[in-house]
Formats: sequence, structure tokens, C-alpha cells
Amino acid sequence: MVELAARDERVVLLMGDIGNRLFDEFKDQFPERFYNCGIAEANMVSMAAGMAMSGLRPYCYTIAPFITTRCLEQVRVDLCYHRQPVVLVGVGSGLCYAELGATHESCEDIAHMRVLPNMAVLCPADVAELRAMLPVTLSHDGAIYIRLGKKGEQSVHTDPLDFEIGKAYPLRQGRDVAIMVTGVIAPLAIEVANQLEHTGLTCEVVSCPSIKPMDHGTLDRLFSSFRLVATLEEHSLLGGMGGVVSEWLVDQSNRHHAKLLRFGTADHYLDTAGGQTEARTEYGLDSRTISDKIARAYPRAIPMTGAA
Amino acid sequence: MSAASPLDPSHTPLRLARQAVGDLTQIALTLRREVVGMSFKARAPHLASALSCIDILTAAYWGVLRIDPQHPRDPARDRLVFSKGHAASALYAVLAHRGFFPVKELESFGRHGGRLAEQPIPFAVPGVEAATGSLGHGLSLGVGMALAGRIKKIDHRVVVVMGDGECNEGSVWEAAMFAPSAKLANLTVVVDYNKWQGTGRSQDILSLSPLREKWQSFGWHGVEVDGHDIAGLIDALWLQQDDQPVAIIAHTTKGRGVSFMEDDNNWHYRVPDERECQMAIQELEKA
Repeated sequence: MVELAARDERVVLLMGDIGNRLFDEFKDQFPERFYNCGIAEANMVSMAAGMAMSGLRPYCYTIAPFITTRCLEQVRVDLCYHRQPVVLVGVGSGLCYAELGATHESCEDIAHMRVLPNMAVLCPADVAELRAMLPVTLSHDGAIYIRLGKKGEQSVHTDPLDFEIGKAYPLRQGRDVAIMVTGVIAPLAIEVANQLEHTGLTCEVVSCPSIKPMDHGTLDRLFSSFRLVATLEEHSLLGGMGGVVSEWLVDQSNRHHAKLLRFGTADHYLDTAGGQTEARTEYGLDSRTISDKIARAYPRAIPMTGAA
Repeated sequence: MSAASPLDPSHTPLRLARQAVGDLTQIALTLRREVVGMSFKARAPHLASALSCIDILTAAYWGVLRIDPQHPRDPARDRLVFSKGHAASALYAVLAHRGFFPVKELESFGRHGGRLAEQPIPFAVPGVEAATGSLGHGLSLGVGMALAGRIKKIDHRVVVVMGDGECNEGSVWEAAMFAPSAKLANLTVVVDYNKWQGTGRSQDILSLSPLREKWQSFGWHGVEVDGHDIAGLIDALWLQQDDQPVAIIAHTTKGRGVSFMEDDNNWHYRVPDERECQMAIQELEKA
């Protein structure tokens, strides 16, 4: 963000009283372009819209459920309806803050954000994707939601990437199964792929940081080249990336015969204490459960083309 | 009627010549006739809300704001965010008569395919800063614009006009706390305090009173004015503090100017029939 602000004087950083010391460098260098908006997300978002209407490029940062659901109507009216280039950055998405309970979990945010016209939804898998993504947000026409994990997650990219909104990035090659993954749960997809190799199935893993717009070219390729495509996300099965892919698939008039399996959180809140790993397991988002389900569902006997 | 402001905004606070006040009073009457006709023709509700804020808008657009109807997107312009979007007919009438678009276009209010929707569409009409209508957004938008002015070092002012019912929204008070902490001296809010909201007395629905003291206790410089005294409104709108935003509590009468609508909240939703429209316009011509 410091680099971004140094490069472009329209960049303004608004945050909702979180991230102790995280923004010290930004504050020091650009005190007039940094505002702690307090625990008042509705005002923060509308204020950002007012700034964008005056030609600035605001970035609003707070915990994922609070920058999306808490102020959904402000996002809808002031950002989306007015088509303002404001970037919402939600940290601790999915089950990252599971130890704080469902108030701080965010497994509905993709669904909320992606139904809004003029809103792009981006979920970086790691620092490489985020770093590559940020400069691109500066030239995007419309609002953007960036869905982050916490910090210290495992990287999935070894090299810097050439980021484009609406593009997916293969992480690993394979012939039998394709796993589309979005966000910081990406290392789990790679783990699943490794486990499936023991059952004789090789997996391509594709990181999909751009949920909206989705990379339809990649969807086409995956559904024509694989017998089974799985989606994996730390988000509800309703309305997330699995939803995006299902909707797309229905619109293809049965052109594709690959089977789709969706992995995500079920339609209920957790009511036990525990951290992210335990919460993922409660929802069946662990490598053993996922690889078992994929291995069982893999249509070994069914031909790839023809009337399946 | 002259579209240009009859006032010289170079000196503050303005002491209006009797002539100038008279001109503005006539302008406000014309605008009232305009919104009555618009409501009747378009079968559009919220007439009483529009009549309530005509004088506030007249004072702002003819007496205070540095705006050029020929350059409605000039980055250095003063901005008026009309937060009570349900009363958009008043804003359209003002903007048309102030020269932002042809007065004749007011006939298309609410008409399919036109740009004068009952509540504003984003960036469709020259001079309309935001598509308001969902209440409780305008003040935050205005705070953002005022901050942008500071960041971009442009010396413009932001005036937000909002309803008293709108003060129900929690986001209003988030913005009300933020603006003084940011010392936004280039921001003024005007509350059109007609003591009614959609279905009842504002005070009975959510406790608003004492309204000026509320804003003051949040750190604003608060003033109370007669919201139909154009000269007093202009003086209040010119008020600026060194390091504080200003809240003007404008005491108004809902339906102002039409005796059978005044302070009768049925006219929040009711649309005048032809006879009522004629009666109202006759009364506004005689005044």
C-alpha cells in the first residue's frame, strides 16, 4: 500500500480501527491520506464513495464480515450503484478468525459481494497474488472486494505473476481431476492433489483469485479436459465459487460432461470453540475427507465424451 | 426569472439588500408552484417534503454555493449533497431554474425514459451530486467530499441537506462523530427539521430533541434558524468555524406554502388531484 500510495497520489487508506501498527509506515509517509474511521463501517464506506466521487482512490480495510455484511447497503448504493472505484479489503475471511466465533467468520461474503453489479471479487491465495493484484486495482473501473486471509499463510506461487482481473493461474499439472481453489485455502488443494496421486489420480490445481469476473476460458478448458472438476473454498457452498461454476455450467446447455464436486462450508454456523484448522475439519475441509470424496466420485468407467 | 444569483457572494456574512431578498422569495414561490405541478403530473408522492426544503435550497443555490451551471463537474465547485432524495422534485426544480438544465425538462419528471427519476439516478442530471433516496448516506458522502477537498487542497465547501426523519439512521451519527474529529471546517449540514417523518411525529418515533444540542455535543458548531427565512438561512450557511463543521437546524413546516398541506403529514404520500393542484398554485401565486 505504501508503494501504491507513493506511485499514485489519489490513493487514500481508510481503516476501521484494526491492524495495530500495521499501517505505521503508511501513516508516517502519507499522514494526510490515512484515516482511522473508527468502528463505523457504514460511514467509512460511504465516505470512501464521497472521496472517489471527488477523484480519489480509497482503499477501506477492516475484518471481512465488517467491510461486507455489516455495511452491505452502503456498499450496494454508494459504491456499486454509483460505480465508484473503491477497494474494500477484508482481512480474516472464511474461518481465519474461527477462534473468535462466527461473528468474526466470513463464509457468506463472496455471495454477498458477487451479486452486486459493478463489483469485482478477488481472493488472493498468497502474498504473490496480492502483490500482483494491488497495482491492477488502481486502473479498474468499479468497486472491488479483496478477500484476504490473516498473515503467515503458506505461499503457493514461487514466482511473481502477471496478474489480470478475470484470470486463473494453474499451480500444478495433472490429467484426471481439476481442483479449482480460491483464497488462502489453496495449500489444502495441493495437499489433496498429492494424496490423490496415491490412488492413481493426477490433479491439476488452479488458483482462481478472480471470482468475479470468473475466467470462463479456464472453465471451458477444465470442463472439456477433465472427467471431474472440484471447487474448493473457505466459503459457504451457497453462492461462492462453487456457485459461480454451477451457474456457468448450467448455462453451457450440457455441452460439458465433466462431473462437478463442490467443497466449502455447509449451511450452518459452528457453535463450538476452536481455531481455523478445527473449524475446517468440522466442515469437512481437510485433505483426507476431500480426497476420499473425490476418489469415490471420480467416474472411472464413464467415457469422457458422448452421452454420459 | 433570472437564473443567475442576484447576490454578490464575495463578502460574508451576507447582508442582503431588501431587493435581493425579495427576488429570492419570488424564486422560492416559483419553485413551490413547480413542485406542486410536478407532483400532480407525475402522480409522485413526497410533495410536502419537497415544499419543506425549498427555502433551504433557494438560500444555498442562489445565495451561497460557488457553482457554475455551465460547468457542473468543475472539481473546484462547492457541493450540495441532497440527502433526502425522496424530495428530489425540489432539487430538480432548483437546478433547472438555476440554469443547470432547461426548465421545460421538469415536465418529464418521473416519466419513463427520462432522466428526472422520482429519486435521483447517479450522475444523470447536471448538478445532482449523488443518487440519494436510501436515507442516511448523504452526510457520509459529504464528509468524504469534504476530506477529498482537503487532501487535494481544493478550497471548496460541502453542504449536506438532510431530513429530520433521516436522523433515525445510525450511519448519520457515525458521520456526525467522524466530521468533528477530522476538524472538517469545510462541511455544513442542514437538517430540514419539519418534525414529521413518513408515518408520524419524528419526536414520537425516535427521540430527536434537543436536536441542536445533540449535534453540538457531537462536536459541531450548532445553530438554529427559521428554515423559511431565506436571509437567515444564507447567513447561517455562510458561517464557518476554524476547525469545526457547522450544523444548521432549520425549523421548517412540512408542506410549507400551501395552507391545506402545511403540517398535515397525509401529504407525505398523498398526491394532489387537479382541483387541489389548482388551489395550491393559486395560493402560491397570490402570496
